[in-house]
Amino acid sequence: MANVLDIRNLNVHFSVRDGDVQAVSDVSLSVAKGECLGIVGESGSGKSQTFMAAMGLLATNGRATGEVNFHGQNVLTLSESARNTLRGNRMTMVFQDPMTSLTPHMRVGAQLTEVLQRHRGLDRTQAHQQAVAMLARVHIPEADRRMAMYPHELSGGLRQRVMIAMALLCGPELLIADEPTTALDVTVQAQILDVIREMKDTLNTAVVLITHDLGVIAGLADHVAVMYAGRIVETGAARDIFMVPKHPYTQSLLACTPRLDEVKRTSLTTIAGQPPNLEHLPTGCAFHPRCPYVMARCRTERPPLIGGKACFLDQLSLAS
Amino acid sequence: MSETLLRVRDLKVHFPVRIGGVFAGRYQMLKAVDGVSFDLKAGETLGIVGESGCGKSTLGRAVLRLLPTTAGHVVWLGADMTELDGAALKARRENMQIVFQDPLASLDPRMTAGNIIAEPLHNYHPELGKAEIAARVSEMMTQVGLQPSMLNRYPHEFSGGQCQRIGIARAMILKPKLIVCDEPVSALDVSIRAQVVNLLMDLQKAFGLSMLFISHDLAVVRHISHRVLVLYLGRMMELSGRESLYRAPRHPYTQALISAVPIPDPDKERAKPKVLLSGDLPSPLTPPSGCVFRTRCRKATEICARVAPAAELIDADHTVWCHHWREESP
Repeated sequence: MANVLDIRNLNVHFSVRDGDVQAVSDVSLSVAKGECLGIVGESGSGKSQTFMAAMGLLATNGRATGEVNFHGQNVLTLSESARNTLRGNRMTMVFQDPMTSLTPHMRVGAQLTEVLQRHRGLDRTQAHQQAVAMLARVHIPEADRRMAMYPHELSGGLRQRVMIAMALLCGPELLIADEPTTALDVTVQAQILDVIREMKDTLNTAVVLITHDLGVIAGLADHVAVMYAGRIVETGAARDIFMVPKHPYTQSLLACTPRLDEVKRTSLTTIAGQPPNLEHLPTGCAFHPRCPYVMARCRTERPPLIGGKACFLDQLSLAS
Repeated sequence: MSETLLRVRDLKVHFPVRIGGVFAGRYQMLKAVDGVSFDLKAGETLGIVGESGCGKSTLGRAVLRLLPTTAGHVVWLGADMTELDGAALKARRENMQIVFQDPLASLDPRMTAGNIIAEPLHNYHPELGKAEIAARVSEMMTQVGLQPSMLNRYPHEFSGGQCQRIGIARAMILKPKLIVCDEPVSALDVSIRAQVVNLLMDLQKAFGLSMLFISHDLAVVRHISHRVLVLYLGRMMELSGRESLYRAPRHPYTQALISAVPIPDPDKERAKPKVLLSGDLPSPLTPPSGCVFRTRCRKATEICARVAPAAELIDADHTVWCHHWREESP
């Protein structure tokens, strides 16, 4: 299967007052048609910035190097106007907060039809029809009436559906969803994930799902990449990541997540210490100060990502 | 578990909301909490769950009388909090404290960690000397996993998890009998969340603390609570011992809530039956008649629109507010 998105050795740097911070280091990823790639990590792991770079949406003090190939074309070297013909059209993104990502003073309908008029050159009536059809497709009741509403008149779940509808209007090949359900209640989260799943299956869209919630990943992703301190520490098929995690960080993350399907009245497993500060990363493996299996080598040498894991341990014994 | 510390009876918290339009200038009542009753024993944790706008935070605050109550009783250690004020209220409150959701925003940025933790002592025990206060603060910091040497740092110098530990130390310094935890781990990363949950459970064991644990995260609530109260639009849906609630939820709303929580296991998550709720939360200003959940309920019938369901006892520790709980799911 041809890869829709192929990221090769991506690095993202930000210039800050005290110098330079590297938010993403040597990340390589790919996602194929009709496939969902899940990206898991905690705050500061670089999971969002990887794809902000891919979309050309980095803050002004950010720089990306490496390659982000979209259908074989390196997006990083494209001009802004060339990128604009891709963005919102063939590659789209949905953000966490549906309130701040919609324009508050424009009616929902105007925001939706604008996309179609601009990218597809449709006239107003055609654009209106297609927009209503797309709202209905993401299961928004009374789609026609919602077109005339302002974002504040919609609930959080409806707003996120409008965002997804907007992202899907032009039939994109790639949808990047950055914590699409984090701001929503669980019952609404289930509805939204259902919509994304349906779109992936029926429209064959490649989906990148960025989240800190392992449960959300478990329900949707085919492949998973686990990020820590700007690097991929483990990658593989979703089932393998959950059943036989190879990296101590993945294993710990799974162990410290309280689960609804099993009850331990004992204390939760924890990961000692704090998530790393990107300005003062530990030497060697960035996870070594928190790793239960740390060896002398881990403090000085950085393990390369080989065979789906970036760890010197030969085998992670699940018993310990 | 022994004596009942807290008795909440038919508690109502209504807010007047100004409405615009044709009726500009009129007020309508928003019933944030409407008729909630429960008991809390010493050393027990009651989890309070529900979605945004269900009144769970309002309930927690009303119990502490941080908000005025409209009707009902909050009996704390034998005295009705709703009838107290001034010095009597302050004296009663020494035993009840709160931990907030946003760890950084709930700490005064211009006070040092040491002063933040010591403030309740200054309020309640002005007679204590400086040395005594310093000793208690440093002991409490150790207890919540902070190094006492961090005493003179300001909140912005701490990480989110550490700020939450400061908030917990401040709540615990008076050795209260009850703490209300309002989404205490929701803003924290997964790895830090587990640390804070463990800390709360350790403190509970060490001090025989009672907790109201307010959260939208059903997995964390299952882990930490002894009993769980499910709220929807300010009304009680189900109140039950933890095991019985999670193994055999009776209310259609609880069933939907539980089935919506994703499980971090691809096989189980993809295979499990899901009860998807249709539609959105109705406006709390104009709640549906009868049972407030009926507009989204798959079991709703004509009686649900007319009659608000009364409490039905399933067993001694499991109560449900539903007309149709006995019927099998369609």
